[in-house]
Amino acid sequence: MGGETIHALRDVSLTIDKGEYVAIMGPSGSGKSTLMNLIGALDVPTSGDLIINGLNLSAQEADTLADFRNQTIGFVFQQFNLLPKTSALENVKLPLFYSRHKTIVDADELAKQCLERVGLSDRLDHETTQLSGGQQQRVAIARALVNQPSVILADEPTGALDSKTSLEILDLFRELNDSGITVMVVTHDQEVADQARRKLFFRDGEIISDTAVRN
Amino acid sequence: MGFLKTINIALVALRLNALRSFLTMLGIIIGIASVIVMVSVSSGSKAEIERAIDQLGSNMLNIRPGASMRGGRHSGSGTETPFTEKDIKRLKEKFAFLDKISGSINSNGPVIYGNNNWTTGITGIHADYIDVRQWVIEEGRNFSDREVRSGGKVALLGQDVIERLFDGASPLGARIRIKNVPFTVIGTLQAKGESTWGRSQDDVIFIPISTARMRVSGRSSRSVPDMVGNIYLTINPDRNIKIAEEDLTEFMRELRKIAPGAQDDFSVRNFSEFIRARNETSSTLGLLLAATAAIALLVGGIGIMNIMLVSVTERTREIGLRLAIGARRKDILMQFLVEAVTLCLIGSFFGVAIGIGAGEIIRQTIDIPVLLNIPIIFVAISSATIVGIFFGFYPAKKASRMNPIDALRYE
Repeated sequence: MGGETIHALRDVSLTIDKGEYVAIMGPSGSGKSTLMNLIGALDVPTSGDLIINGLNLSAQEADTLADFRNQTIGFVFQQFNLLPKTSALENVKLPLFYSRHKTIVDADELAKQCLERVGLSDRLDHETTQLSGGQQQRVAIARALVNQPSVILADEPTGALDSKTSLEILDLFRELNDSGITVMVVTHDQEVADQARRKLFFRDGEIISDTAVRN
Repeated sequence: MGFLKTINIALVALRLNALRSFLTMLGIIIGIASVIVMVSVSSGSKAEIERAIDQLGSNMLNIRPGASMRGGRHSGSGTETPFTEKDIKRLKEKFAFLDKISGSINSNGPVIYGNNNWTTGITGIHADYIDVRQWVIEEGRNFSDREVRSGGKVALLGQDVIERLFDGASPLGARIRIKNVPFTVIGTLQAKGESTWGRSQDDVIFIPISTARMRVSGRSSRSVPDMVGNIYLTINPDRNIKIAEEDLTEFMRELRKIAPGAQDDFSVRNFSEFIRARNETSSTLGLLLAATAAIALLVGGIGIMNIMLVSVTERTREIGLRLAIGARRKDILMQFLVEAVTLCLIGSFFGVAIGIGAGEIIRQTIDIPVLLNIPIIFVAISSATIVGIFFGFYPAKKASRMNPIDALRYE
């Protein structure tokens, strides 16, 4: 408490276009997680503007931010964060439960389509604990997709997976990006970053490099 | 945000920790069950009391001669100057609020019919006595005024007497002998069962009061002409019974010429008051037990709060996730609140079922009057809901205030 103010991000001016695939790198404490939290509307900037899809997140009510997260962002976490003892289908349906602004005719059908899209159409009723790590992350991605978000935000999505499975997940991100979804991945892993089309490197709260990836 | 879906989430969460949910519920189950049992038992005994009062007649007063005091020595009840027919007449003239009034003379004696005999209470009455004491003529008829005035040798029989003397035959019109005087049975009395004192009220024969004076009652009756042992009367229901009691006392003092300041040599009794007072302790006890049950419910509520706090902490990451995928704070609050209330409601359903079952067992095994009172079931269920909301609110509020970033990182 008290003491000096720490700026997790300083003088960051950044534009990401729709449909980009951006990797965000940097050492711990460099501010990359803060950026993710800001873009994911889990946190609000102390100063400055943050405009996503035309909505300025810096000046919104908590409920508006919740709705924004629900409709615009799809989160993918390192530890998957699936509900235990709950089927894959139920996990994927979860965000629909909090969708207030649209009527969902058939939640099961929507969730099924998303699980098909990540290649798990034969695992709908499996409890998440019965699935392998790679499959769990696929369920998490299906959950991120179910509300047709504009942005997928992935925080170390392959951090808990072996390299073969990681590659499969990265292929999936590439596919999603090809279909027009903006993908942002926070990672330490150079190989993961190489899959993106643009790399941002953070240090001490500032962007020190912003490069296009050739692949 | 469907409310049903929220309930479903709660049910799923409770099922995931089925044993823990059950143990948590146990407090509520025991609390509600004991509330139901306590209230059922106490309303059972209250109903029993009211039934007894009803049977006596809630607007009935009884006037009886008091015990005489001579030289500081009580001579026993009924030793004072008895009442007379004249007293009854005066009372009738004086108080318009008197509905019905009857004297009575009690005695005992053998009754014979054929080869059977039975010793029973023989009460001489006016015709109004039947209504005043809430008897019902089952078969036959009541005494006529003429029979009462002129010593008709007619009798009304209680069920116990009929059973003893008639072996199932109809007593109507039969000739019986009471203390060797022949009487004709003109009616039978509907059974009343046991009094609150546990004695059968049906072991009784009624005869006209004049007949009782002349033929049956062998006591001091001849010393006072037109003697009447006790007076029973009913008052109009719109008249306050306490005030009527005072009016009657005052007038009786006048009639019996009691000097101001001197003690009454008679007493006016209100039986309903008497029974209520006698049972006051039991209803106080009932209240005390209900309070204990309420405390059990409170303890159950604290158990709910405790387990909900554990649950919220355990599920920090789930809460973080839900916030991240678009749950509003209110949604999280509702989720945990509904979970706590659901826990309490399910517990209260079990509690009500167990309470009703236990009440039934008590009724059948130890023969205590148990009255299941339907409103109390709703009271029990709603108090469980209130307990759930009250003790679930703090944990739910805590859950809803979590910072999603920290919650997602929680290990």
